[in-house]
Amino acid sequence: MSVDEHTVQYIAKLARIEKPVGDELKGLVDDLNNILAWVEQLEELSTENVEPMTSVVDASLRVRADIVTDGGYPEDIVENARDARDNFFVVPQVVE
Amino acid sequence: MSELTSLSIGDARDGLERRDFSAQDLTCAYLDAIEAGSHLNTFITNTPEKALADAQVSDKRIAAGEARPLEGIPLGVKDLFCTKGILTTAGSHILEGFEPVYESTVTSNLWADGAVCLGKLNLDEFAMGSSNETSYFGPVCNPWKVDGGSELVPGGSSGGSSAAVAAKLVAGATGTDTGGSIRQPAALTGTVGMKPTYGLCSRWGIVAFASSLDQAGPITKTVKDAALMLQSMAGFDPKDSTSINVPVADFAAGLGEGIKGLKIGIPAEYRVDGMPAEIERLWTEGKRWLEAAGATTVDISLPHTKYALPTYYIIAPAEASSNLARYDGVRYGLRVDGETIEEMYERTRAEGFGREVERRVLIGTYVLSAGYYDAYYLKAQKVRTLISNDFKSAFEQVDAILTPTTPSAAFPIGDKVSDPLEMYLNDIFTVPANLAGLPGISVPAGLDDQGLPLGLHVIAPALGEETLFRVAHVLEDCAGFTHAPKKWW
Repeated sequence: MSVDEHTVQYIAKLARIEKPVGDELKGLVDDLNNILAWVEQLEELSTENVEPMTSVVDASLRVRADIVTDGGYPEDIVENARDARDNFFVVPQVVE
Repeated sequence: MSELTSLSIGDARDGLERRDFSAQDLTCAYLDAIEAGSHLNTFITNTPEKALADAQVSDKRIAAGEARPLEGIPLGVKDLFCTKGILTTAGSHILEGFEPVYESTVTSNLWADGAVCLGKLNLDEFAMGSSNETSYFGPVCNPWKVDGGSELVPGGSSGGSSAAVAAKLVAGATGTDTGGSIRQPAALTGTVGMKPTYGLCSRWGIVAFASSLDQAGPITKTVKDAALMLQSMAGFDPKDSTSINVPVADFAAGLGEGIKGLKIGIPAEYRVDGMPAEIERLWTEGKRWLEAAGATTVDISLPHTKYALPTYYIIAPAEASSNLARYDGVRYGLRVDGETIEEMYERTRAEGFGREVERRVLIGTYVLSAGYYDAYYLKAQKVRTLISNDFKSAFEQVDAILTPTTPSAAFPIGDKVSDPLEMYLNDIFTVPANLAGLPGISVPAGLDDQGLPLGLHVIAPALGEETLFRVAHVLEDCAGFTHAPKKWW
């Protein structure tokens, strides 16, 4: 499979990266196609009846009681925001 | 007192204990070396005041007979570990100005054991690279150089860490290894680099790249130093859901016990086309050293080795595209304004991410997108199982595996940066251990024809760190690698 300029712009949209254009777009199309062609060598392998590996740690994930164990410091949470007011993050208006 | 910077962590500890010098003397020696070594661009942020304050505390504790395991040892921290109140960049423009309000578990452990913080070390942007050239803060220079030749890369992504240890600007450094990012730069700089079993060191507070592969580990001058540093870094952490809850072994205990009776696997598939003869030669020599020390070498097969890199370059970008979704200009770092919230996200991410990071986010987004998930991502996860099974079968026959660390020595800055695939091939021997979650270590073992360092690589079964260090220690002894870069900077 290979990607064209339109597809790369669509993926960029999904990834919330400003639409690449011009030479940058052309370069990305080439780079991505080279990488995709190379990873497609996996198709040589039969993986029928092979379970996908989702974790390298054999044990199942730990569970704990569903109680609050942390928090209570909103000023720390917004400390690094470029725009924060009254311990809220501020973004451009989203609701009319 | 520049000779203080030549001491290993083990020897510096002994010297401090004997009061041959103070922790402040030791820290000052490193601070001087860092200043004189600024050309190498190993540091993104220096913390000399904190270092001196830490060293003062260490001197008091040593005087009171209350020295902790790494008391007064000056370390550098890869700038991927969050450090409270100290700029943390991940080598990226998008984290501009980010000063975490918390400390990573691994660095907390190091400071709790008395280590001194010299500052934050340069790296490839978000740890994505094998040459430290993708950093927003500029490339790092390898202190090794061929006479009259151009400046070389220190490997990556922990290139600031490897170069700083090699140039004796720090006694040891933390690194992280997702596909070889500790072991490959160690090999290219004549240092020791160790990646533990997945889950041994907590990932909490480390800027995430590919969470199922990322592991923290040390880069040091000696194998024993790596064991000493790991001793402090490792340990169960409930804040990391994949942290392994086992007692931490005494990693340095087995050093010097030798390897009599151990079986060491030599995998046929690591003999790749176009591998330089000198690397092949060094590998054979390493095999002989281990045999002379009483181990038996066994020819083994890891049949899916050639598929490890392509598998990695599906899984790692997929996880990265998800992890890096958090950089949206809202909560921390760079924000580029836009009329709408979407425009703000898109402009921020276009300006904040460098070229390689953008490439990987796009690849990752593509392989996870509707219609392509099964063909790429699911397929890669299945091949990952096959690669892991290769190792499981091998470790039924052998105690550890010996391979070269890299397919070449350090290369000139700028040489491979325009060809992503050629750059990816640097990690051909290190990636399989990440996919299988296994511990690995690179030990400096010799020089190539140009006089540049080369490493040998040992892989052990999960939680086989004690065996790993024992084998590495024998390699270190036999190699007798005492070469150091000539100071040109």
